[in-house]
Amino acid sequence: MIIATLLTMIAVITVVIVRERNLFAVVVLFGIYSFLMATVLVALDAVDVAMTEASVGAGISTILFLSALHLSKGIEMKPLHRPFLPLIVALATGAALAYGTLDLPAFSDPRAAIHQHVAKRYVDEAARETGVPNIVTAVLASYRGYDTLGEVTVVFTAGIGVIALLRRMRPRKRGEGS
Amino acid sequence: MTVAGHYSYWITIVIAMAGLYIVIARGNLVKKLVGLAIFQTSVYLLYIAPGKLIGGTAPIVAEGFAVYSNPLPHVLILTAIVVGVATLALGLALVVRIKEAYGSIEEDEILGQDPAPPGRTP
Amino acid sequence: MKGYLVLRVVAKLMIAFMVVFALYVQFHGDFGPGGGFQAGVITAAAIVFYAIIFGLPAARAVVPDWLVEAMVAAGVLLYAGVGFAGLVLGGNYLDYFVLAADPVEGQHRGIFWIELGVLITVAGVMLKIFYMFASRDEERSR
Repeated sequence: MIIATLLTMIAVITVVIVRERNLFAVVVLFGIYSFLMATVLVALDAVDVAMTEASVGAGISTILFLSALHLSKGIEMKPLHRPFLPLIVALATGAALAYGTLDLPAFSDPRAAIHQHVAKRYVDEAARETGVPNIVTAVLASYRGYDTLGEVTVVFTAGIGVIALLRRMRPRKRGEGS
Repeated sequence: MTVAGHYSYWITIVIAMAGLYIVIARGNLVKKLVGLAIFQTSVYLLYIAPGKLIGGTAPIVAEGFAVYSNPLPHVLILTAIVVGVATLALGLALVVRIKEAYGSIEEDEILGQDPAPPGRTP
Repeated sequence: MKGYLVLRVVAKLMIAFMVVFALYVQFHGDFGPGGGFQAGVITAAAIVFYAIIFGLPAARAVVPDWLVEAMVAAGVLLYAGVGFAGLVLGGNYLDYFVLAADPVEGQHRGIFWIELGVLITVAGVMLKIFYMFASRDEERSR
């Protein structure tokens, strides 16, 4: 099935990113990973999310990474030193999570709990109550408008945070705190 | 419990653990941020994969379709993606400032330049 | 990069299409995939594309710093303002059904204005972040 193939490709790309040491290659591989993730999201019927992931992940993130790489002028990572403990931690956490997923409902089970209750009401009532055919936009903008207000505020905060961090350096004596 | 039924969860765990491994095992700051971004996208997959209904369609009401995939995870993950890129931008701005202050983006070089905290032998 | 003729011509064609596509995604977010976030990012990407081909000073002349900083704040204000309009007209904060005589028409109006607010803020923030990263280098080499 196409979803399984794409998921396998994503896992392969992730392992390659772990092992790659050239930072420019890592950024390009991250762009490929983002596009594959957007394709998987389309295959999973999440078209809004796929458009956002493609534009934000493969577009803006790549621009930001390349700008930061250009400014920090680092291209090659240092060779790593025997990371056995992090590997064991990651594998142990992964095994614990995999054990936890045994109880989760199978893929595309219509009787799963997430398809009942709130989501059922949104799917049935959104077009009639809001007049907007796109249920995701209706939920995002109307039913859950507060969350979207919080999200816009977070984006705004990130913007002014970057402005505060990267403001123009004024000529001042060395040794003063910035 | 079948392999086909849980394959998406296991791939999500593989990607999440790869991202976690990059964050805790690699010393380069930009690589750590890439690992963090990979971890975040694996969480998107974790939320959206269970919402898919085979035979359903995208959650846009149209003539001729009766079954729609669950729209609720899409809403949550849309917010999460935008918040994720905001975090990434701030992280990269910090990396740029660290590079200017310490001259390197490798973690052990940066820690080597800082003086040891008072009251503790280095 | 404006010495390369092919890049320049293709950029001039594509930037117009990108801006129109961003507006399409914004206003058809009700009927298909899309909405404020995607449209904001595509708009920012169009101007970043212009800055890459024609240089950062040219992009700064087209979209100056004060405009971008105003956009960053104006979108959030617009969104919060729609909420206050709901308060003023008799409902709770961010109620849309009081914005027009017909409640469904009120929903349309509310969603239109808040998506516009989202577009303005997201485009402004993405563009401002790119401006700050791109101009940091010339600060240091001065």
